Amino acid sequence: MTESNTVTPVKEIDDKGILKGVEQLTPEKIESTILQVLKDETGAKLKVYVDTCVHCAMCSEGCHFFLSMDRDPKYSPAAKVKQTLWEIIKKKGKVSPEFIKNAAVVAFTQCNLCKRCAMYCPFGIDIAYVISVMRRICHKLGVVPLYIQDTAHSHSVSMNQMWVKDDEWIDTLMWQEEEAQEDIENLRIPLDKEGADIFYSVIGPEPKFRAQLIYQAAVIMNAAGENWTMPSMPGWDNSDMCMYIGDYEMMERLKKEHFECAANLRAKRIVMGECGHAFRSVYDMGNRALGWRMPPVEVVHAIEYYNELFENKKIKIKHKFDRPVTLHDPCNIVRGRGLHEMSRNVVRATCETFIEMTPNREHNYCCSAGGGVINCGPPFKNARVASGKEKAQQLLAAKAKGAEVVIAPCHNCHGGLEDIIHSFGVDMELKFLGDIIYEILDLPEKEE
Amino acid sequence: MNNLDKWDWDTGIKQVADLSAWQEQFSYIEEFRASPDGESVAAIVKNEEMEFTVCRQDFGNDEPETWENGYDKVWNLRFGPDGRLSALVSDVGEWTVCTDDEAWENGYDFVWNMTIAPQDGTVAVSTQKELAYCAVNNDVPWQNSFSRLTDMVISPDAKNTAAVVETIPVLEGEIFKFRKGCYSVAVNGTPWKENFMNAWDPVFSANSSSVAATVRTSYKDYYIAVDGKTWNTSFDSAWAPLFSPAGNSVTAPVKKDGKWYLAKDGDLIWNTPYAQLWHHIYSADGKRIAAIVAPEFGKWTISVDNAPWQVTFSEYVSDPVFSPDGTSVACVFKEKGKWGIAVDGKVWKDRFDMAYPPVFSNDGMSVAAKVEMGGFYHYVLNGEILDSRYKSVEPPLFSHDSSKIMIRGLQLNDWKRDVVAINRRRI
Repeated sequence: MTESNTVTPVKEIDDKGILKGVEQLTPEKIESTILQVLKDETGAKLKVYVDTCVHCAMCSEGCHFFLSMDRDPKYSPAAKVKQTLWEIIKKKGKVSPEFIKNAAVVAFTQCNLCKRCAMYCPFGIDIAYVISVMRRICHKLGVVPLYIQDTAHSHSVSMNQMWVKDDEWIDTLMWQEEEAQEDIENLRIPLDKEGADIFYSVIGPEPKFRAQLIYQAAVIMNAAGENWTMPSMPGWDNSDMCMYIGDYEMMERLKKEHFECAANLRAKRIVMGECGHAFRSVYDMGNRALGWRMPPVEVVHAIEYYNELFENKKIKIKHKFDRPVTLHDPCNIVRGRGLHEMSRNVVRATCETFIEMTPNREHNYCCSAGGGVINCGPPFKNARVASGKEKAQQLLAAKAKGAEVVIAPCHNCHGGLEDIIHSFGVDMELKFLGDIIYEILDLPEKEE
Repeated sequence: MNNLDKWDWDTGIKQVADLSAWQEQFSYIEEFRASPDGESVAAIVKNEEMEFTVCRQDFGNDEPETWENGYDKVWNLRFGPDGRLSALVSDVGEWTVCTDDEAWENGYDFVWNMTIAPQDGTVAVSTQKELAYCAVNNDVPWQNSFSRLTDMVISPDAKNTAAVVETIPVLEGEIFKFRKGCYSVAVNGTPWKENFMNAWDPVFSANSSSVAATVRTSYKDYYIAVDGKTWNTSFDSAWAPLFSPAGNSVTAPVKKDGKWYLAKDGDLIWNTPYAQLWHHIYSADGKRIAAIVAPEFGKWTISVDNAPWQVTFSEYVSDPVFSPDGTSVACVFKEKGKWGIAVDGKVWKDRFDMAYPPVFSNDGMSVAAKVEMGGFYHYVLNGEILDSRYKSVEPPLFSHDSSKIMIRGLQLNDWKRDVVAINRRRI
């Protein structure tokens, strides 16, 4: 362990999004905004949660912040509600700008919305929802950490999270297509192909920083003989930081763009890359905010898709991955969707030696990056990484059993786990499931 | 501008091309495209030099003809309404538009969003050169360029283009500058005087003289702006606006207190609160409006003049279309994982793996749609599935007198054009 486990006190934060946002607040603006959100947008759900809590603190054991911060009570999920919504409700919105500053730090950077605590609450109170309401209030007050606010602005302009321009997106796909043709002659990333079985969607960071994942997906799709497509137009990015800052109007616009992009191309289903938060947005929050009970075009997470490839024997592997692996269960697709057994099927189909980390499946610890926390950027990085101490111990325990590689089928988890592995001297390699599959895929020899 | 009445509407099949000959000739063939009159088929191929090019075969020609010019890359191949064939092509890193094997004079670092005007086949594209962005209409670029450009559209008369542009360059992280408004709509390269936090979905008026768009002036204030001037009323959110085909009034779905309404020039004209309302359309005379609505969460249908159909669908509704006389509306729906067609609230009996936008005949007495079943494409005409099945098929086309339907599709290896008399009309 090399990292300090202290948290930056709220008074010392260096985030212009919050500090300058708070400067522009007045008590009247705070009160009217809070009352509007509480009256028009929350209703019985919030009231039941707040009224039902008996302050038993059983949720504390569910929170990796609490566990990582030496059980400091202020990191207990119930304490985070106390520092935010309870006080707001008690004071009927009459809280100070300083209170909002503190509440913003708690809501945006000390809760990953991972929902683990809900399993430890005897009443199943969804504290992530309560914290989301606090974020919604902060959004309406213009008090949001700078980095994640900027990401939300990118979404609003470009319909993707990384300010990727329309031409840069297409150019990247063509570049990856050319690269993949080095492996497989005439391989295509078919753009805007109407009537495809699969519309493959990714998150903004893939074309920006991890373009090789698009390459790998193209090779896998090609090896499986899929009738697939990727769109040339906005709507290709399934990610959604607007959801996490509480800009639900933009979340709706993003999800409309995404689903209509697939539907207009007459795609049968959307297969999405290995991302957790985007899954939450397309499978739960975004679609439902628009009035769809379920996604209007079937959404298949990469884990489900890979599982299908092996169950239906659509791809062949040369050999199994021969280094011992462990598996991280991302919150949004495990607690949010129950894909944990499916991901284990894929790991067993692809890897020689699988070592479980403990706890696992729906009890797994969050990577500390999710819920938009990593997107709050450098001002909160040290605190975020410190909150991963429990996760580091979990990884080290898996390593002690022989695991050398951590498989994490989620982009945010990768970001968070990279930092934890580096900061706590864990010294394990991190991979996506797609990395493993690509590495062992049996491809025909290319004719020279 | 397609000359529907001048095409060959004699009933019967024309074999346009034997595509097995193409497969022998080319090592690489992309998806086939058919000309509007059905007499030609084309695809992106690789020539003997392994360059990308375009191959086309016209009815009556035994051999396909390949463009003389080959490129490093060709994409977005499409026929215009006049039968001319356009694509985006790249040679040594320079991109341009090529129509019928003739490239534009101007080249760019990238071109995309190729838009072909249905009136005269004019081609417009979005372009980037040395990180300066502008629209180009028929090889004529805007005089101004911008640091960012999205949502390019072409006017009904095909003479104008508009797009959302970044008028004040904003760097990543400049969130407070962003909030002051750095975006607007440019028409033929000239931005509106007003800047907004965001602008989306620009649309021209029927006479091509005005442009409307959805804008956001703060996180919670959404407006419709017309030629830069916002409506007097702001809303919690708003979807794409539309001009009436008759006059210059503008309508848009707007959100207020968590519910959706239809507003006209800033005032609510559909006062029914919907869980969702979007993609409204006008009848040709501008007198009627239809929209996709969710009367309640998870229930979707079509509302015509604010009267929702009785039938609702649980999963999806799309592609509403008025009959030419404005008396009927058809749409696509999805229910229990299968797709179908509904007309005036009546649901066709069959369900499909996929359904495409329905098409009315000129007299409004027939409706047809392309559908997919078991890996093959069919036409459904007035609720009845036509016998023939295709590996690929274009959308249905009705003759001018509404008595026949043209099918353009691929059976086995033959690209065919089949004109069929319509025996059964919808009631």
